[in-house]
Amino acid sequence: MSQTALNSSRRWIRPLLINLGVVLTLLLLVVPLVFIFVAAFSAGVGGLWQNLTEPDMLHAIGLTLLVAGLTVPINLIFGTLIAWCVTRFSFPGRRLLLTLIDIPFAVSPVVAGLLYLLLYGSNGPFANILDQHDIQLMFAWPGLVMVTVFVSCPFVVRELVPLMSTLGTEQEEAAVLLGASGWQVFWHITLPNIRWALLYGVILTNARAVGEFGAVSVVSGTIRGQTNTLPLHIELLQQDYNTAGAFIAAALLTLIAIATLVVKAVLQWKLARQH
Amino acid sequence: MHTSKKLALLLFAALLSTPLAAKELLNSSYDIARELFAEINPLFIAHWQQQSGETLTINQSHGGSSRQAQAILQGLRADVVTFNQSTDIDVLHQRGNLLPANWRERLANNASPYYSTMAFLVRKGNPKQISSWQDLAKPGVGLVFPNPKTSGNARYTYLGAYGDALQRFDNDDAKARNWVKTFLANVVVFDTGGRGATTSFVDRQLGDVLITFESEVNGIIKQYPDQQFERVVPPTNVLAEFPVAWIDRNIQRNGTEKQAKAYLEFLYSSAAQQVLARHFYRVHDADVVAATAAQFPVTKLFKVEDLFSSWDAVQSTHFASGGVLDQLLAEGKR
Repeated sequence: MSQTALNSSRRWIRPLLINLGVVLTLLLLVVPLVFIFVAAFSAGVGGLWQNLTEPDMLHAIGLTLLVAGLTVPINLIFGTLIAWCVTRFSFPGRRLLLTLIDIPFAVSPVVAGLLYLLLYGSNGPFANILDQHDIQLMFAWPGLVMVTVFVSCPFVVRELVPLMSTLGTEQEEAAVLLGASGWQVFWHITLPNIRWALLYGVILTNARAVGEFGAVSVVSGTIRGQTNTLPLHIELLQQDYNTAGAFIAAALLTLIAIATLVVKAVLQWKLARQH
Repeated sequence: MHTSKKLALLLFAALLSTPLAAKELLNSSYDIARELFAEINPLFIAHWQQQSGETLTINQSHGGSSRQAQAILQGLRADVVTFNQSTDIDVLHQRGNLLPANWRERLANNASPYYSTMAFLVRKGNPKQISSWQDLAKPGVGLVFPNPKTSGNARYTYLGAYGDALQRFDNDDAKARNWVKTFLANVVVFDTGGRGATTSFVDRQLGDVLITFESEVNGIIKQYPDQQFERVVPPTNVLAEFPVAWIDRNIQRNGTEKQAKAYLEFLYSSAAQQVLARHFYRVHDADVVAATAAQFPVTKLFKVEDLFSSWDAVQSTHFASGGVLDQLLAEGKR
């Protein structure tokens, strides 16, 4: 093919591909996103305020924040420990452990929910012990936290492991040789090195914890004003023919997601500058 | 800042946990009953306050009633159930022994404080001239109702059509079966649940007739006034009971025996029956029936148990995999 023919074919292929990309992005991403907010405001400001201050909605927001607020610290500590364990020590089964960490990503959240229900529900092996002490895990907020911790546990580990592997152990070994304790090594050497990745992991964990639907829907029992998280509340409002309310709840979740993305972008920029 | 955050969390956890002093009731119900109980519960709370001086909180859980029964079997501590299918309460006895087998005899009218039947929602002016089940199998009539495999509501539709045919053909099952086949061939879309079927009919404009509970049909007409839908109640129809029961195991544990029983008995009271009738459920209270007669067309109701032996038998012969429903759907496609 001659150079001119190639150029002329390029001349129309390029705009075609660009336009295709733009149209698809608009149709699949931007329009639905804008529509959520348009629909949320369809009831007017009064309707918006009324839906937002409705007790069940307020409770759903509070419960979602509680679940995320408990899930994040648990996974932060757990994830850091695992990453430390896997990258700083060599032991048999290390690779297996790394693979196991990914299981929550691999299985469907519904499966995770059912698993916990079968294990801690009233037909499970712990039913009698829990019963005797009158502890209700499933269909109460502890169950919601348990499944959310499960589905969101790989995020912190997955962020830390590659970074900690590339950082190597020289600095930490030097610290130990100079007489630092294990805690001092972690606090003064490891943590400053991984803090941005750690934050990034926390943000992803939080995003997942706030938006989780499948697993919590299995263990929630959907008691309004008690075990109904924001994503579950969207479904209930929709079933009540309260479309505006459902979109208002959806817009809230979307706002949280957008805020997360913004924070994430800022952190990524800072991370890039650090290296 | 950290300690204040922790404090806030702890406070919140305390808020979430059950307060010890006030009594709570949990009513596990079917998915479209929220507005109904949102109206009845305050009435009962006031009634109970007056009678016992106790302030009660009533929590609601709504979902498909088979799914709700599953959750209770797995440990959801509902005090009472208000379902739309008695088989879902039977399951609580059979699989978990949470209540006695004779739960139907503990309250009046088969433990069903209200009932309903099926109705047809047709488009403005009833262009296809639908007035009975028979009309639904005519050529060119498009039907919308959920899949009877997944929806209790649609099981009543199927049984209503089948029962009507059995009565028309003098219990000749072969003829009835044949008619139901043409009826099923008219179905445009089988959604998984009632809500999906409504969306198909109202928003996607599919089909000529939406079949669902009479109470639902009236709700949809009110919800979409601009579409000017019309309601048709066929002259013979299936009785759909809405059974209620207290869960003995759970009320003993929660110490709510008195409250749970009083709550369900309250559903039979004139005050509650008025609310029920306003939500287009048919009720038993003679005064309320007389006062609301105009909104409920007369129809001859048959019981599923009378035409098809028992619910268990219906489940295994009609709705199980490879059952009559599957056979008719397969034959209709040919």
